Amino acid sequence: MSSRLLNQIGLFFAALVIVSPAILFFLWMISLSLKFEIDNGAYPPILIPEHLAWSNYAKVFEENNFLLYFWNSVLVTGTATLLALLIGVPAGYGIARLKAERSAVVIMIARMTPGLSYLIPLFLLFQWIGILGTLWPQIIIHLVVTVPIVVWVMIGYFETTPMELEEAANIDGASSWQVFRLVALPIAKPGIVVAFILSIIFSWNNFVFGIVLASRETRTLPVAVYNMLSYEQVSWGPLAAAALVVTLPVLVLTMFAQRQIVAGLTAGAVKGG
Amino acid sequence: MSATTPEQAGVTIEATDGSQTIRLAPNYWPFVVPALVVVGAVIVFPWAFTLWMSVNSWTLGQSRNFAGAENYLRLASDPRFWESLWHTLTYTFLSVVAPMFFGTVAALIFDAKFPLRGLLRGVFVMPMMATPVAVALVWTMMFHPQLGVLNYLLSLVGIPAQEWIFNANTVIPSLVAVETWQWTPLVMLIVLGGLASVPREPFESAEIDGANAWQQFRYLTLPMIAPFLMIAMIIRTIDALKSFDIIYAMTQGGPGTASETINIYLYNTAFSYYDIGYGSAMAVVFFIVIVALSFILLMLRQRSQWIDQEGK
Repeated sequence: MSSRLLNQIGLFFAALVIVSPAILFFLWMISLSLKFEIDNGAYPPILIPEHLAWSNYAKVFEENNFLLYFWNSVLVTGTATLLALLIGVPAGYGIARLKAERSAVVIMIARMTPGLSYLIPLFLLFQWIGILGTLWPQIIIHLVVTVPIVVWVMIGYFETTPMELEEAANIDGASSWQVFRLVALPIAKPGIVVAFILSIIFSWNNFVFGIVLASRETRTLPVAVYNMLSYEQVSWGPLAAAALVVTLPVLVLTMFAQRQIVAGLTAGAVKGG
Repeated sequence: MSATTPEQAGVTIEATDGSQTIRLAPNYWPFVVPALVVVGAVIVFPWAFTLWMSVNSWTLGQSRNFAGAENYLRLASDPRFWESLWHTLTYTFLSVVAPMFFGTVAALIFDAKFPLRGLLRGVFVMPMMATPVAVALVWTMMFHPQLGVLNYLLSLVGIPAQEWIFNANTVIPSLVAVETWQWTPLVMLIVLGGLASVPREPFESAEIDGANAWQQFRYLTLPMIAPFLMIAMIIRTIDALKSFDIIYAMTQGGPGTASETINIYLYNTAFSYYDIGYGSAMAVVFFIVIVALSFILLMLRQRSQWIDQEGK
């Protein structure tokens, strides 16, 4: 019994060692964001400063239009995710029921394609249509990230849901749409939640589409935080604060939906971009 | 939509009476069509366009001419392209090997039971969910040669200060460290999924036969999770080849061109020099490199399965 306890303590410390790069990184990120310039330039470095620089956060929102960019991010990610659910959930259902395994290959190829190869033609197309100043180019191109994630997760989910109920409804004369809407969809709610969360995260984090397609008014948060660098002599405190603001929504979502995320990623092993 | 539910119930009752016995094979294609249209518009169209542009000579603002294989020949004789290909392969190799090792170790730990496992696993997964650009900015500060915390930590154990991403010789390993930090959790999750499917019985008999922990891992666990390791490796290879955010945000391919991968060179060609034709040709070749490498790994996977079955 005591050797088992010893074993558990050993495992706990092994886990602590392997998690420590993540813990230390985020601690240091918080520390940087709450220090005044003097403390950030100190040697040896200071982890917890005497005076906390909450003003760094105020500066981020005051000087950089971050509220606008935050709202842009919400609009782009939200719309791209909702559109992806709207077309991706039925598609996942259809593919799972058709047992069309080849379409899984299509999604794999979409994953292999570098984001930049979509960007050149779509950039020219958007310019030609004349919608470059709006959020639409980014919403449309984010579908490249969100649709494959949703379809992939939903195929996996619908493959595991039982067919008996659907067959019974079929025999009773329900149309395929009714079967999907009233039988398959309610059972698939947990799968939809997983698809929704993963789609939000990877769309929110996307950077490459934004640096090409965003103008001054249509920047999303990752682009905005990167653009802060281009100012001369940017100070570390506000920069770290901005970085934290950008990634905090995603980290909070990760913490709260950890179980769903782990389930979704182990099943499908998806990632956007 | 929910208003139709009572009607629906009526139909059901009628049908169970046996009054309706016609059974149609359900048609699932309408479910897939909207997605196919979107995939066509957002994925297939760009590819057709890219292929066509790759055989044209066109810089934005100038006139476009058909150029045949000119762009591809130019690639073949472009030393900057070959250099970026080499950087890409080095970066990818390291960014596959390191996360595979750490991810497998982490999965073995998290497969066991111990206090606070759920919480620690949650924290472990956070790097891969964090926004890459935000992460890259903080790493840049940590890599700072004078004020960075990493050189301070090195000084504590008596290692001289490094220049990290600011030196051509250390920039790729430094970027790989960030990539490893961020993507080890994905490998861990995939391998963890594999470990969950491993049956207990063989281990019990191995224990009775006196096999030690290493032997059990080497001859039981490893062969059983091999397919999952292969999947993790393929996904990691694809993602590392395509890596952009971290490299672009931290070095933009520098110092000089020391960390310029194909993806970064492609970005500069298309969106700094607006050389659309040449950039398109590079995109095509880049895609072929990714597909070829993934295909080789898939073949290896099939072969290893085949050997497995041969062994039985």
